[in-house]
Amino acid sequence: MPHIIVENLVKTFQIAQRQPGVWGALRGVVHRNYRQITALAGISFTIEPGELIGYIGPNGAGKSTTVKVLSGILVPDTGRCEILGRVPWKERIAHVAHIGVVFGQRTQLWWDLPVIESFDLLRDIYRVDHHQYAQTRDEMIAILDLESLLDIPVRQLSLGQRMRCDLAAALIHRPSILFLDEPTIGLDVVSKLAVRDFIKRLNQERDVTVILTTHDMDDIEALCTRVMVIGQGQILSDGPLENLRARVTTERRLIVDLEGTEDISDPDASVVLRDGHRVHLTFDPDRIATADLIARITAQHPVRDLFVENTPIEEIISRLYAENH
Amino acid sequence: MPKITNLTSLIKSYIAVFSARFRTLLQYRAAAFAGFGTQFFWGLIRVMIFEAFYRSTTAPQPMTVDEVITYIWLGQAFLVLIPYQGADPDVRAMVRSGNVVYELVRPTNLYFFWYSRAIAQRTAPGVFRALPLFITAGLFFNMQMPPNIPAACAWLVSILFAVLISAAITNILNISLLWTISGEGVSLLLSSLTWLFSGIILPLLFFPDWAQATLNILPFRYIMDIPFRFYLGHIPPEEIWYHLPFQISYLIALITAGHLILTRGIRRLVAQGG
Repeated sequence: MPHIIVENLVKTFQIAQRQPGVWGALRGVVHRNYRQITALAGISFTIEPGELIGYIGPNGAGKSTTVKVLSGILVPDTGRCEILGRVPWKERIAHVAHIGVVFGQRTQLWWDLPVIESFDLLRDIYRVDHHQYAQTRDEMIAILDLESLLDIPVRQLSLGQRMRCDLAAALIHRPSILFLDEPTIGLDVVSKLAVRDFIKRLNQERDVTVILTTHDMDDIEALCTRVMVIGQGQILSDGPLENLRARVTTERRLIVDLEGTEDISDPDASVVLRDGHRVHLTFDPDRIATADLIARITAQHPVRDLFVENTPIEEIISRLYAENH
Repeated sequence: MPKITNLTSLIKSYIAVFSARFRTLLQYRAAAFAGFGTQFFWGLIRVMIFEAFYRSTTAPQPMTVDEVITYIWLGQAFLVLIPYQGADPDVRAMVRSGNVVYELVRPTNLYFFWYSRAIAQRTAPGVFRALPLFITAGLFFNMQMPPNIPAACAWLVSILFAVLISAAITNILNISLLWTISGEGVSLLLSSLTWLFSGIILPLLFFPDWAQATLNILPFRYIMDIPFRFYLGHIPPEEIWYHLPFQISYLIALITAGHLILTRGIRRLVAQGG
């Protein structure tokens, strides 16, 4: 049975509009114009246990709204949503006991308390059995390398340290589903890798279903087997990363570092970028085999180095949006 | 009996929040000592004003000068029962930063979650103020002890409910923050009302006769005036059986109101898109 079933979820917001300036503020007291914003325009998907899903889209596409509906914070206008057999907003308390949520730009730790006390508090709030708590806590401390941070008040932690602690905090009650809303935002490379590594282990070793929203395409490439793309409140694409790529373009890139600065012209490839000795070519692997193209170019030009790349995922996504506008 | 175990563990989670907030607030020791100093001198000034007043008046007054002095010291000692700083600064920060979404993914009732914090806020800062004030004022400044044990007991019961009522008002202030700007206004208004009508500025019996009926209807006198008069023996201890039902009713009414406002506030907060 799927962990998460979402059918035709619709959510609109009313936003009060105010005219600028003092006069506008005064008028706003008497009369307000409301504007309707459709955050979710009927989205549907199902998620099986143990999936690790990337949920991507530009700012304002409806990612966070989806996460908030799924975590029981928001009530949708229409549509169906069942998570572990429960409707989140109807059985909120029972529901949230089985999910973990991390919002990357926020923290659920108590600002003035040492990290370990936040964990203890969460144990009491989620009413976790003491024995199980000790076990989970120690595991988290070991995997996320938190030992040296435990006695530090949260306000003194760096962003990367805090995110590691926040991840641990979201898992104290052993949720079977974890929502991560931009968990790597603002992190340095080392912290990012640590967080990524942790998410992967969590998913593989514990079978936690993970839904990850992010703007970092490296996160998606490193972690997700399935990617859902949302734009303007609709799911634009849903499937393995490879399918997404194939759907938008089969193009690949060949990047060549030449000895000289001469032009490359080839009937099966076109130059997209030129930067000193470096030339970026795109080609369609269905028309010409990668090996043949390389052989041809190295025969014609003295080449220092070359490598082949898939089209960057950012570009794929932006093309997908362009198609849908 | 799984239901009952559920309930006790639920209550435990609120106690955990209370105690965390309580401990955090105890950290502000410098503020507590400064508070003690300020309240002590304010108390002293007000005591002098009333002494001067009693010396110059010939008309009969509703309380004796000794009663008024003790009343004033009690007010200074229990100042933290007035939500004078408005809402919980933590809740304010949470609402402004958006961290409040985490409060909504807890398996607890948000009203009581915040109510537990409010109780901590109405008690913890008093720990380092009430006791030193009692001792100093009792030893050197003519503050009386309760006249008998029943009076002390009646006082204890009513001050306990005073804490709960005051925390319910504080929680309404917390909840009003969900309406960011207008919330600040409500906050200011409600804390001023508490300030004025609880008896901390002027013992309520000194208000003009025409005001007494209104004062009696308002819940604020149960925060200070009534408990203090039990302490003084000014209200006979057995009248606790008359006042307690009122205190409990006000408490229930304030909690219910807070609940209703919170439900609306959450709908609104969420409509902002957070």
